[in-house]
Amino acid sequence: MTGTTPDRATSHRATSHHEGPAMPTYVGMPSFPSAARAAVADTRLRGNLAHATSTIRGRRAEAVAELDDWAALRESGKQIKDHVLANLGHYLRMLEERVTAAGGTVHWARDADEANRIVIGLVKATGETEVVKVKSMATQEIGLNEALAEQGVTAYETDLAELIVQLGDDRPSHILVPAIHRNRSDIRDIFLRSMPDAPEGLSDSPAELAEASRRHLRAKFLSAKVAVSGVNFAVADTGTLVVLESEGNGRMCLTLPETLISVMGVEKLVPSWRDLEVFLQSLPRSSTAERMNPYTSAWTGVTPGDGPGEFHLVLLDNGRTATLADEVGRQALRCIRCSACLNVCPVYARAGGHAYGSPYPGPIGAILSPQIRGIGSEVDASLPFASSLCGACYEVCPVAIDIPEVLVHLRARAVESGPRHPLERTAMNAAGWTLRSPTRLALAQRAASASRRLVGRRGRIRRLPGPLKAWTDTRDAPVPPPESFRAWWARTDGGRTEERDK
Amino acid sequence: MNAREEILGRIERVAPRRDAAEVAASYDRIARDYLRRHHDDGVLDLFAERVADYRAMVRRVTPDELPGAVAELLAARPGVHAVPDGLPAGWIAAADAAALAHAPAVADLDGMAGAVTGCTAAIAETGTIVLDHGPAQGPRALSLVPDYHLIVVRAGQVAPDVPEALERLDARRPLTFVSGPSATSDIELSRVEGVHGPRTLEVLLVEDGGR
Repeated sequence: MTGTTPDRATSHRATSHHEGPAMPTYVGMPSFPSAARAAVADTRLRGNLAHATSTIRGRRAEAVAELDDWAALRESGKQIKDHVLANLGHYLRMLEERVTAAGGTVHWARDADEANRIVIGLVKATGETEVVKVKSMATQEIGLNEALAEQGVTAYETDLAELIVQLGDDRPSHILVPAIHRNRSDIRDIFLRSMPDAPEGLSDSPAELAEASRRHLRAKFLSAKVAVSGVNFAVADTGTLVVLESEGNGRMCLTLPETLISVMGVEKLVPSWRDLEVFLQSLPRSSTAERMNPYTSAWTGVTPGDGPGEFHLVLLDNGRTATLADEVGRQALRCIRCSACLNVCPVYARAGGHAYGSPYPGPIGAILSPQIRGIGSEVDASLPFASSLCGACYEVCPVAIDIPEVLVHLRARAVESGPRHPLERTAMNAAGWTLRSPTRLALAQRAASASRRLVGRRGRIRRLPGPLKAWTDTRDAPVPPPESFRAWWARTDGGRTEERDK
Repeated sequence: MNAREEILGRIERVAPRRDAAEVAASYDRIARDYLRRHHDDGVLDLFAERVADYRAMVRRVTPDELPGAVAELLAARPGVHAVPDGLPAGWIAAADAAALAHAPAVADLDGMAGAVTGCTAAIAETGTIVLDHGPAQGPRALSLVPDYHLIVVRAGQVAPDVPEALERLDARRPLTFVSGPSATSDIELSRVEGVHGPRTLEVLLVEDGGR
């Protein structure tokens, strides 16, 4: 048997403000700052990330600059998605009707557990114990592979990067290239260690690594009876589903098995076939910096004599309707998963994808995960703060999601309702008490000036004493001035006697 | 309440249901200020250049030259080549008949050297070829499983850009958009040709709209 069963445990579920369990949080996932500190210290990881993200940034800029009307495509993409969100029920009903008319079966899932139960039931009904998978963010989000494994069904990831992650018993760290944190020699080592049929003397040349993956998966494609996919776009008025990919593993999975099960978030709709003229231009250029990705497959229900005879579509809510209810936050549902925002983000490039504790890392993850899962866990409450608000993510977004705006909005929500640190509350109460009395404020300011004794190298305070230590666990504190403004004013009579004093 | 009713209920508490005419009117107000095409002239040159950018071979031929070109390209790849139903007999008139398998079973495709098909449309701007798997194109597996794909594109099938190409397609048919050979960007985000789909793509562009 080839491949390993991943045991990325996802049994710990974040508490959520939504009904039912949402996207699983990785076990023991620390808040973003703690996870990021470890990642930033990993120079090899930083090197891999810096190399990959800077390569793609440059190429994407060229691919986008080639189209004079990029701004217009971006605006149309945004308006199409907003129109869908404003009429989501209408288009979901239409999609359901058209898919059903074309011979498919539509299922609805309120949350991750329900979606997993539906897929497990469909796989079991075929009597199969293996499925091949096309890379899919929705099934990562619901932890489908783990749920299938618990039921004795092995899921084989067929996308090269997903395969690297699966064989390396690892977690995805990027939306488009889940193994972006691995360089070519890491990948060779993983293949030699975990791919039973890896050729001896495998080198780290990308072409040889791709060839090894081709040989490894070929027999699986030819024998698989059930495939599971995600969906890039669902066209409501025709019932057509669309998957964009590069390697041909998607075509294999969508074409060769007898049963196809596709899982899509309810927001993945476009109203009409013509709307793809926007996204088939903006998504490939924004994502892999290509004029067009190598392969795009579109299918409508089932076609006798060509492809799977049975097709199931699972429509997944899992926190999306709660996100829709937030007037500022709902724009995150426009996302077409291109991952351009990851590649330009200075925080992502240094911290890497794992620190975000979610299948959705980077800027989009920082606004999507807390909304889908709710701000119940430490990692979700910390994600809106995992940004310098520089705005590069908004600039590159092909559907103009104002990520900084949503981050600031979610910060407010995290402060209001998140698991606020008890010290923060104490500190804020103390600040209020101090600021209400001029005498107390003067005393506090004198104490602050005294803290200059703590100054470390480079003129920053690296570690504050006592309970304030927690603040400097993740940041340096600025050095207070030797004298407060109030003290200076009193001493120099508003500056008039300063010269004399000096 | 079942999942469907509950999800639609949650949605429509936030985005109330409107009648179809209202939704259609709102759809029509979506701004579409982007271009229908980025190039007016030299569409065939552009198509050939953009396909070649993906490291696919493109050769421009006249209708008379087509059978010889097909025969030559297939002969360069020893083995049996899959031929779909409806492929014009003239295209393969000069090829070695013993090296052709007409409409083979899916199970036999893995042992074949390649496949030769037509297409339904092409896009110059992006160097894309679209198959709708009708006559001369075969079911999807035929041009997927073998390691080599030769596509004959007629000049009249080439649309300048994505919007006009999509207008020519029937969304209800299975569609495959092919832009170069199979590739991956999964290793250090650099494109490498050749993973699961055909690792070699060759294109014969037939001018004069001949068959």
